[in-house]
Amino acid sequence: MIKIHELHAGYDLVNVLRDVNIEVGEGEIVAVLGSNGVGKTTLNNTLSGLIKPTSGEIYFENVLISSRDPVEIVDMGLIHVPEGRKLFPNLSVKENLELGSYRRGKPNRAKNLERVLEIFPKLRDRISQTAGTLSGGEQQMVAIGRGLMSEPRILLLDEPSLGLSPLLVEQMFNLIKQINEGGLSVILVEQNVIQSLSIADRAYVISEGTVSLSGRADELRENSDLKKSYLGL
Amino acid sequence: MFSVTLSLLPAGIINGLMFGAIYALVALGLTLIYGVLHIINFAHGAMLMLALYSAYFLFKILNIDPYISILIVTPASYVFGYTIYRWGIGRLSGGRDQNILLITLGLSIILENSALFFFTGDQQTISLPYSYESFDLGFLYLSYPKLISFVASLVICVLLWMLMTLTDLGKAIRAVAKERDGARLVGIDVEHVFAVTFGIGVACLGAAGCMLLPIFYVDPYTGNMFVIIAFTIVVLGGMGSIVGALLGGFIIGVTESVGGLLLGESLGQIGISLIFILILIFKPTGIFGSKV
Repeated sequence: MIKIHELHAGYDLVNVLRDVNIEVGEGEIVAVLGSNGVGKTTLNNTLSGLIKPTSGEIYFENVLISSRDPVEIVDMGLIHVPEGRKLFPNLSVKENLELGSYRRGKPNRAKNLERVLEIFPKLRDRISQTAGTLSGGEQQMVAIGRGLMSEPRILLLDEPSLGLSPLLVEQMFNLIKQINEGGLSVILVEQNVIQSLSIADRAYVISEGTVSLSGRADELRENSDLKKSYLGL
Repeated sequence: MFSVTLSLLPAGIINGLMFGAIYALVALGLTLIYGVLHIINFAHGAMLMLALYSAYFLFKILNIDPYISILIVTPASYVFGYTIYRWGIGRLSGGRDQNILLITLGLSIILENSALFFFTGDQQTISLPYSYESFDLGFLYLSYPKLISFVASLVICVLLWMLMTLTDLGKAIRAVAKERDGARLVGIDVEHVFAVTFGIGVACLGAAGCMLLPIFYVDPYTGNMFVIIAFTIVVLGGMGSIVGALLGGFIIGVTESVGGLLLGESLGQIGISLIFILILIFKPTGIFGSKV
């Protein structure tokens, strides 16, 4: 579904990502793991078109998307739920969710809203509250809900567990699994290795801007190189 | 003597509300552009002046009533604003706020001096057949032009409020005001939304210009007088707030009108400055904070 080929990307003169190759298949959860500063967010921003790669290509269902802008990429159904949520703090929860279907899924807006509220029942009580006043966990729910409103074909989740309490992290991962079981492909970009591997089908470990390890999630969990690659031990 | 002034007070207040509605429109454009783009449009006065001249020439050459011209000048102003932002200000500034500031300042100098060159510095006025006809309220006569302006301004404010709260475009405008990257990620074309906002802000001036013409005059610097008042209104109502602009417009309008009644036309302006200073000291965020 997604094919990233020899991707190099960065900001101005600094190349953050070097020669990254990643593939994501239909209906998979693919985890992209790595500690702070290895280039995970750069990878996501390149995928969603916020930054342009310096070289290499990204294909989404065999269409080259690495030269397209974010609006076109959203149109095609690749939806990025960003790190730090990037909600509209001055808009209500309902308005935030509605804007998720600004370009895609507009005809089914009411139906999808109901579906999102079934997945995140807590948001029902918060529906007319402004998003800026929600707790971190609730904001993350709105961010994922906003992504789901656009009827994504692939969902790119950037650090969904960041800033959540351990109990909420557990719930969040269960929800991601549940969303995926409905048939949606997910790219899960995380620092939280153990829990990500427990729900992912396959995983890529990024260190120093390039893929250092990859494979099936259950195999990676047993791999002693994982610690080395991830923690630099 | 004083009791005579007091008996004029209701008339003064109503008169202030009428003028305040037009002030509110000018302030609305300013506050909308500030609230979303986070820039102060220094060309605001020059663009109002342009709208006044447009209405003036439509009347002089084509004999179109300024209140009918609203339907022409408002959309034309929108197109002008959209174009000038999308392919002018937005492009030239490279997205840097300080550049936008300088470009709008430059634009105001160009527009004012072009007006001076083409239209001369003479004050122009028009007189409508019904300019002096009025509506009897019992305790005062309300002139038709002011009554029309009042109602039209209110209608525009309500329409704008509906646009901002009920439509996707309005929600996108408010979203972009606070979170540009988040907006891009849901597929909002941020540059387009900025240009639309700028266009709407200028369209408010288009409508205000048409309504001002029958009760005021136009020369290349007319716009600036209103923009200074509009700044006070924006600070009073709260930067970026539509309701604040409307309420602020009424408060300033009434203050000016009643001040003029009690202290005389030029000394009456003191009330506006006084409000401005008091707001800055006691509630710098304005009545409605920073809501869009």
